[in-house]
Amino acid sequence: MTVNGGKPKFAMYWAASCGGCEIAVLNTHEKILDVDANFDVVFWPVAMDAKYKDVEAMEDGSILLTLFNGGIRNDENEHLAKLLRQKSKILVAFGSCACEGCIPGLANLSPVGDIVHTAYNTITTDNPNEIYPRATYDVPEGELHIPTLAKVLRPLEQVVDVDYFMPGCPPESHQIAAVIDLVIKVVKGEAELPPKGTVIGAGDSTVCDECPRARNVKSIKEFKRIQDIAPVDPDLCLLEQGIPCNGPATRSGCDARCPGAGAQCIGCYGPAEGVMDYGARLITAFSSVIDATTPEEIDRILDGIPDPTGQVYRFNLAGSLLKANRDAWKVK
Amino acid sequence: MTERIGVYVCHCGSNIAGTVDVVDVANWAAEKLGHQGVVIARDYKFMCSSPGQELIEKDIKELGLTRVVVAACSPHLHEKTFRTAAKNAGLNPYLVELASIREQVSWVHSDKAVATAKSKAVVSGAVSRVIENAPLEEIKVPINPNTLVVGGGIAGIQAALEIANAGFRVYLVEREPSIGGHMAQFDKTFPTLDCSACILTPRMVEAGTHPNITLLTWSEVVNVAGYVGNFNVTIKKKARFINEELCTGCGICQEKCPKKVVDDVYEAGLGYRKAVYTPFAQAVPNFPVMDKENCTYFIKGTCKACEKFCPTNAIDFNQQDELINIDVGNIVLATGYDLFDARRVSNYGYGRLPNVFTSIEFERLSNAAGPTSGNIVLRDGKTVPKSVGIIHCVGSRDRNFNNYCSVICCMQGLKFAHLVHERTGATVYNFYIDMRTAYKTYDEFYQRVLEEGTLFVRGKVAEVTDAARYSNEKGKLIIQTEDTLAGKQRRIPVDMVILSSGLQPRHDAKEVGKMFGISCSTDGWFTERHPKLDPVATMTEGVFIVGCAQGPKDIPSSVAQGAAASARVLDKILQKEVALEPIKATINKEMCSGCRICNGLCPFNAIAFLADDNVSEINPALCQGCGTCVAACPAGAISGMGFSDEQIIAQIDGLLLRNLEPA
Repeated sequence: MTVNGGKPKFAMYWAASCGGCEIAVLNTHEKILDVDANFDVVFWPVAMDAKYKDVEAMEDGSILLTLFNGGIRNDENEHLAKLLRQKSKILVAFGSCACEGCIPGLANLSPVGDIVHTAYNTITTDNPNEIYPRATYDVPEGELHIPTLAKVLRPLEQVVDVDYFMPGCPPESHQIAAVIDLVIKVVKGEAELPPKGTVIGAGDSTVCDECPRARNVKSIKEFKRIQDIAPVDPDLCLLEQGIPCNGPATRSGCDARCPGAGAQCIGCYGPAEGVMDYGARLITAFSSVIDATTPEEIDRILDGIPDPTGQVYRFNLAGSLLKANRDAWKVK
Repeated sequence: MTERIGVYVCHCGSNIAGTVDVVDVANWAAEKLGHQGVVIARDYKFMCSSPGQELIEKDIKELGLTRVVVAACSPHLHEKTFRTAAKNAGLNPYLVELASIREQVSWVHSDKAVATAKSKAVVSGAVSRVIENAPLEEIKVPINPNTLVVGGGIAGIQAALEIANAGFRVYLVEREPSIGGHMAQFDKTFPTLDCSACILTPRMVEAGTHPNITLLTWSEVVNVAGYVGNFNVTIKKKARFINEELCTGCGICQEKCPKKVVDDVYEAGLGYRKAVYTPFAQAVPNFPVMDKENCTYFIKGTCKACEKFCPTNAIDFNQQDELINIDVGNIVLATGYDLFDARRVSNYGYGRLPNVFTSIEFERLSNAAGPTSGNIVLRDGKTVPKSVGIIHCVGSRDRNFNNYCSVICCMQGLKFAHLVHERTGATVYNFYIDMRTAYKTYDEFYQRVLEEGTLFVRGKVAEVTDAARYSNEKGKLIIQTEDTLAGKQRRIPVDMVILSSGLQPRHDAKEVGKMFGISCSTDGWFTERHPKLDPVATMTEGVFIVGCAQGPKDIPSSVAQGAAASARVLDKILQKEVALEPIKATINKEMCSGCRICNGLCPFNAIAFLADDNVSEINPALCQGCGTCVAACPAGAISGMGFSDEQIIAQIDGLLLRNLEPA
């Protein structure tokens, strides 16, 4: 890939996200210097000052690589997603929020009114005059605008065309470094880009593949929270110990950090390669291995997972087949 | 590659065409699904007829079709027909898809516009799906020529004898100590009044001595694995405490045993047996069984009278239950029925009023080999009744109990009436809802009983009571009933009441069905493959059902079914190998992480874990394509051939008409 007129341009943007993805990029330590050495960083609100109008003034397709993190929650997010799509050759949905909605996506279970009410009018928020944000406000200097919340949060792919997906909450720094290396090689003509739509910076199988714990035929009599088990067997599959571990359906690439450290996988790397609906896969897998003979026993065991949606769709609700899928958005 | 798809819409006479505008559906498919590859769409009166099939075959050859969609009935009925047609024309049979617009559309809708629109959607789904279908090849496996017959009643005996006579090994498993089933308890059989034992025992003996029949009585099947042609069955042979090698069946142990036990099974509680016993004199095999619960030695640790007197030292108090493992190719289930418990109809007083008898009690009373030597007497054992009331439909055709008709009770009631009349000269009343005597020479028997002077009252009996209101009712059982022909209520005092109890599925039919992989109807009877055209086969290949296990029926029908199933089994055996549906699950090794969630789920034990590679693997010969593991695999690494995610999603998209070209 040849680039005319100096170094290729790089951008990174945060939409509805927590900022952890930015930290993960900075956490690549000295690798960040390679980014600076090989790219002209034109837009990265967390690291440098830049105005939207500067981006708007750029030529279409003039940014080689944009890492877009965060989901699309409001009209500002949507505007920037469309703008950066227009200006970028390669648009990467970076991190779980952009790929599948992540934690902010869980708000899709509630109507916007309820979300705002909870945020501005609960016991932890002192709001005696019931003041809520509004989209426009007149001040002597003129009319002020703040972004309007959309009905639901959408992953980036549900709003614009996405070239690559890089999962993780946040993506592991070593995976980010590897992707940076690859893009630099591509720029130098030493490597080829993978086919469009590929999941990059992650593995092709599941967390179990990288998990060091021993696995047997499963038969679960009881689901428990990990803190209620003492001691947790350090060498045995957590699911077999009754801890609902999402590893079996979650994409590999994180080196099974959580199960390796003694905590269950919560699924931040998103659905594995063959998984169409992450939550549906997990719940059928869990239900398949419970050891029950009566409906009452089944209920009792499954009650051990008190928040099934939070358990199996923690990261994937907005991106799931069932909730807010792309086609649902085509109809108004 | 663009597929060339043919769509064929069947009228099914007026079955479909009466509710669905089939011409419109075909035209719509040709017009709207052309971009998907539909090159021809036709409608035809009966697609399953020879000309209908030839239409498809001709199009495959002349138009070079690569996929076929037949919009007709359920795949259960004609999938095979159309797959065979495709095969005949040189197209892989699995590239044919059936769109059910009869069972799922025309039979469940009445609005023609709605039904037509839905048919289009169903056809559209099938077209989208068939594009994703892959050609599959059948797998052939050899058939084990041995057969397992479960249940040694007349249906099971018949099936076993027919197969054994054809020269093949049969394992006949019976839960009770002797084969013979319910028929062995009866006195006479309707309508010919043949002695039941006289016609049954020769068959029992033949089965017991047949060189090709391995008889396993006092035994139960505890596990079934495998599939048609290759079942592996585990049978628990319960300890008899008798060494069958040494026992000659002389009966001295029974004679010497000091412990008398009420015989609740064979004698229906009316007679006694010993703690070591054969249920009846003509039992096959004639080795006795020791009843551990009642044997004095097992209870108190002393006695052993039987051991002392046994001339061949055949008593073995240390015998243990034994597990026997056999391989068979086919299974015939002839597990029979349970009698409806007449206590449940509390207003008829059974169990409370001594002279209310059940049908099986009456069978024993009237049986010459029974506890009263065939004398029909009241519960006191000596008084001959002067009047007897026989109540039909006890527990049957009654929404409080069973909705179905138990088939045999009318004829049974008539038989009882005849026997009472013949042996006691008593006045006999039959209380019936409808008289059902629909079989060869059955109605003639009804006429005969009418002519003998039996009185018939049409109406459902409300109550049997001993609370007398009038002097002529004192000391009698009063039958309170509506007489629907005379249009009034009647109170009829009698000495004896016989309840013609209905038949029920075995109490454990559901578990047994589960073990053999077959289902039960809502009433609890085993479900046949087709109620009319395939009454002895089941949805599980190689498992057949005969006799009352399938539904209430009389002896001739049970025998006919036993024979029918044997023909089906022999057909399979003689084919020597069976083609297994290629609908199998496969594991993508790249995607499998060896989480082992699927390992314990396979009902056919087809999944093995390869520890060295850390992946699971499916044995295609064992896999039955049930899909359990496909659903369970959290990584989506297991795919069901013929039911891939791509096929299913494509079908849903098609159903939702997302596959249409944008206008």
